[in-house]
Amino acid sequence: MKKTIEGRAYVLGNDVDTDQIIPAEHLVYSLTDPEEKKNYGKFALSGVPPKDAGLPDGNRPFVDEGAFESQYTILIGGKNFGCGSSREHAPACLKIAGIQAVVAESFARIFYRNSVDGGFFIPFESEQRIADEISTGDSILIDLKAETLTNKTSGKSYKLKSLGEVIDIIEAGNIFEYARKTGLIPK
Amino acid sequence: MGMTVTEKILAAHAGKDTVTPGDNIWVDVDVLMTHDVCGPGTIGIFKEQFGQQAKVWDREKVVIIPDHYVFTADKHANRNIDILREFVKEQDLPYYYDVGTDNYKGVCHIALAQEGHNRPGEILFGTDSHTCTSGAFGMFSTGIGNTDAAFILGTGKLWVKVPETMRFEFTGTFPPYIMAKDILLQVIGDIGVDGATYRTMEWAGDAVYKFSMEERMTLCNMAIEAGGKNAVIEADEVTLDYLKDRTDKPHTIHRSDPDANYYFTKTYKADDMVPIVAKPHSPDNKAAVTECTDVKLDRSYIGSCTGGKLTDFIAAAKLLKGKKVVIDTFIVPATREVEEDLYKTKMDGESLADIFKNAGALMGEPSCAACLGGPKDTFGRANSTEVVISTTNRNFPGRMGSKQSQVYLSSPYTAAASALTGHITDPREFLNN
Repeated sequence: MKKTIEGRAYVLGNDVDTDQIIPAEHLVYSLTDPEEKKNYGKFALSGVPPKDAGLPDGNRPFVDEGAFESQYTILIGGKNFGCGSSREHAPACLKIAGIQAVVAESFARIFYRNSVDGGFFIPFESEQRIADEISTGDSILIDLKAETLTNKTSGKSYKLKSLGEVIDIIEAGNIFEYARKTGLIPK
Repeated sequence: MGMTVTEKILAAHAGKDTVTPGDNIWVDVDVLMTHDVCGPGTIGIFKEQFGQQAKVWDREKVVIIPDHYVFTADKHANRNIDILREFVKEQDLPYYYDVGTDNYKGVCHIALAQEGHNRPGEILFGTDSHTCTSGAFGMFSTGIGNTDAAFILGTGKLWVKVPETMRFEFTGTFPPYIMAKDILLQVIGDIGVDGATYRTMEWAGDAVYKFSMEERMTLCNMAIEAGGKNAVIEADEVTLDYLKDRTDKPHTIHRSDPDANYYFTKTYKADDMVPIVAKPHSPDNKAAVTECTDVKLDRSYIGSCTGGKLTDFIAAAKLLKGKKVVIDTFIVPATREVEEDLYKTKMDGESLADIFKNAGALMGEPSCAACLGGPKDTFGRANSTEVVISTTNRNFPGRMGSKQSQVYLSSPYTAAASALTGHITDPREFLNN
């Protein structure tokens, strides 16, 4: 596991649901074909209403027109991030677009579980609400050992909640690697 | 300390005498369900992790139900169904309900019930968040992603964190104009879209036990809209009666102990409930129907796993019979069985299907259809700035298609009453006549 994650922030609000993360009409692409799955990067967060896209100003597309990856690699959210459907296309599309960490005040259960078990990225919960204190485009540093997030643009640091029991799965890589490590399935 | 019905089911499947909320346990899975949207991804991960020649852990326990994008010209969507077909053939799976055959069913959660795959005491995982619907049968059921589903395909097991249980009790009798959907929208409005996150929603009370299985399924269907892990209603005579002609597999009825530990117990008087809508753009944006009667509508949509069962259409037909809708009204039966029942079930000699057609409503093929938008050519999809009243489960921005559309969630009674007037309408205006 990496020691730090660094990148530019893309900020969203509360209750960002899976239809906003990846609208249902796009769920038809293959998640295994390397070329076809790039479409998920292209349409990642395309369902977010424009006024809420890239806070605080809004109207900042996550992925530029014609691109398949985002210039932002750290997603900041409010409460109940990833609510709605169980579609694994949601964490998958964020990863395909280049997201390395999602930091939210709280997560919806299935999205959180899919992020961990599928090994897409680390879902961090912040000790306090940070979505209102970070602007889209800010430069962010996450220190995994210290469990802190630093906004290098503002100079402010925030405590992240401990990853708890899922750390074993995150360190193994995904649920399959964890099960192999613990002898539940053969290596 | 006693246990709740959910704790008992989880303990029994983990080979333990007791479990406590917060425990991480591995459980044996009785049924894994997947569909056309998540099946191909699940199969891809299964092959990548267990090998191209790998076999599923138990072919009798895998159920595949294409239902999301089945009547579309979209080439990727159709390719995905071909992937399911190929996998079913290769693995020789007995429970596959293929599109374009007599065996096609429709929306997975209702098909699971109708085909006898929901059995009290069992554990069912499905690659769809509304898998919690099956909890109406006194079983543990919840939605998972492709990775977890692929893990189950290979091992028959999954890790689960034992949830705390929130108990919702309804005493007395629901008024005749109240449907399970009203109760659900009331409760989700009360606790919020993350009010049950990581927890079980247990429905109880004499008013709930008076509900049919279809209404019970509606109650459990939207637990996920409060963030819940699962919903459950203890199995009883109503459950057993429903199962009689649908399965002969053995099952176990678990009941919550009187001294079980609950996160909380919230009691409602059933007689006091009123018709409710969830306003755009969140299922917890609750309002009484009487507060929204000035909302002008473009469309009424009656369908989906939440609001497309026979009971839902009987309710709608009561209001639409002999009248004309004044806005575009879409009728989408959840499954073929429901669709057949629309022709077989009669009110004063007129079939429900004829009632809808004569009222000017449009009838679609059984599937998820516009509940989640879907490909552009999906029946009933909101493609512009429509204001829709819908018996479906979600009204997130863009959920039914266009981001500019607005969706109000309601019971079938309210959706039908509103179809007759063109604005949000209290069903009592028609039911009392």
